[in-house]
Amino acid sequence: MSAFIKGRNLWSDAWIRITKDRFALLCFITIVGYGLVAILAKFGMIAMPWDVTVGGSYQAPSLADHHLWLGTDLFGRSVLYKVIHGTRIAMSVGLMTSIIAIPIGMTLGALAGYFGGWIDDLVVWFYTTLTSIPNIMLLIAIAYVMGRGITSVYIAIGATSWVGLARVIRAEVMKHKERDYVLAASSLGASHSSRIFKHIMPNVFHQVILNFTMQFQTAIRSEVILSYLGLGVQGQPSWGVMIDDAKLELSRQVWWQLTGATLAMFILILALNIFGDTLRDALDPKVKT
Amino acid sequence: MFAYILKRILYTIPILFGVSLIVFVLFHLVGGDPTYQMVGKHSKAEQIAQLRHELGLDQSLPMQYLHYVKQIVTFDYGRSYATKQPIGEMISRGAGPSLILAIPAFIITTIAALLIALVSAYYRGRFIDKFVLISCVIGMSAPSLAYILFGQYVLAYKFGIFPISGFEAGFPEALSYVAMPAFIWLVVSMGADVRFFRNAILEETNQDYVRTARSKGLEEKVVYFKHVLKNSMIPIVTYVVIEIPFLLLGAFLLESFFGIPGLGSMTIDAINSSDFPVLKAMTTVNSILFILGTLATDILYTLVDPRVSFK
Repeated sequence: MSAFIKGRNLWSDAWIRITKDRFALLCFITIVGYGLVAILAKFGMIAMPWDVTVGGSYQAPSLADHHLWLGTDLFGRSVLYKVIHGTRIAMSVGLMTSIIAIPIGMTLGALAGYFGGWIDDLVVWFYTTLTSIPNIMLLIAIAYVMGRGITSVYIAIGATSWVGLARVIRAEVMKHKERDYVLAASSLGASHSSRIFKHIMPNVFHQVILNFTMQFQTAIRSEVILSYLGLGVQGQPSWGVMIDDAKLELSRQVWWQLTGATLAMFILILALNIFGDTLRDALDPKVKT
Repeated sequence: MFAYILKRILYTIPILFGVSLIVFVLFHLVGGDPTYQMVGKHSKAEQIAQLRHELGLDQSLPMQYLHYVKQIVTFDYGRSYATKQPIGEMISRGAGPSLILAIPAFIITTIAALLIALVSAYYRGRFIDKFVLISCVIGMSAPSLAYILFGQYVLAYKFGIFPISGFEAGFPEALSYVAMPAFIWLVVSMGADVRFFRNAILEETNQDYVRTARSKGLEEKVVYFKHVLKNSMIPIVTYVVIEIPFLLLGAFLLESFFGIPGLGSMTIDAINSSDFPVLKAMTTVNSILFILGTLATDILYTLVDPRVSFK
């Protein structure tokens, strides 16, 4: 009788590790929760309308009415609703910038790593140049010249944040292209694109996921700073704009807008950080610390 | 080694070219024509033409690019739209206050983070290590703006331990003004630093030579301080040195909040007043400093570490 040991692939192994770690699971649920809130707010199912007066100016938080759980702002608008719509903005910035940055980083990294030679030189030159400009200055410059607004925020953050992924993918593809399975595929007549995308990519794709958790939170932080500088979201509640407002409110003992926006951001980033760390341990078993 | 250094210096030329190209394309093509913004809506065509001529915007793009390269070389970036002062002078003037804040803050943060990382790595897996790691993640997750607002409100405004904002040049006077922003700098950047340093140290503990040292029967303390620490210094020093060129840029949120008239405040003022040439100059100068900084780091390495070679 032969005993069969059922093998687990990287993904199901990672999933088992994460679900075993209750804390990481809690973080994952928190992130999904933020996503749900963002989607519901996007389609007007919760916290609508956010821009109407629900009480006096700077009314302190009270449990009487759900509008007032986090108090009101200068114009008597519900801070809770603004925090929820800030969540929508933050999540959409995280998502949209990833949609821009991940394909760029993956493609350029894979091309550079796979083909080497002048293509590699060109890609490395391009990202070395881009990273030589201090990130915050590049962000400011792009957001500034593109005009204020959320589209500029997407493009500015997306266009500056693909470099990390490109570097990792380049190094991984370089290692993998000499492996036996790729040589086998090529001797069976697989084309370059099939070798890159069908054979190598699935083996380095976990790096994309890992990068995503980092990318997401960097994007959210950058959005808050750009919005704070007045280069970001206009006419919509964003955590950055709310924190900017709080500058003048604190001396009047109005602490709720700052607290609301800061806590919302803190919990999301904390969850992303912890979940990202667990994911790294699960998907990249070599780098155990 | 000399050949390597020469190669490394030559390699900065395409990078410098790339940076100048990106900045030029951003500000001259994507940014559009700044004259309309400057003269306002109700201006005559002649006025606009006059201004475009003064700014050199009526020239062809290659000529404008050459003009920009000349600005870089001569460090003469023209005058600010908002303050009408020469930008080169504004930058030289702002560098001082920026550095008075940045250098002490950077040194204290690095030393403190290194000490904590040493303790944490030595007691890896034990309670104190876990405590340090959790504090790092929590510290890294809070928005830096919140630290600034909280610090300014509670420590400066409520308790009056520090001045709320302001600046005085000169040695002892400046200290009281930079103490608070420097402390916030420490809190903001500590988490990431400690985690990086700790990981760099732990990475070394898994190396073969450490196993050899242990199997020789060396005491754990000797292994840790004599072998591990020495080798983990390479990534740590790289990480630290790479940050140095950024010091001049200053923590610009801190500067603007605490009224320190450095380059960071200058940049924020330029954003608020749509001061196009100042932003362009700041982007350029910072990039060049960064490129020179990394060049210096790499050259230093070849002198220190004989294993480094140009790939």
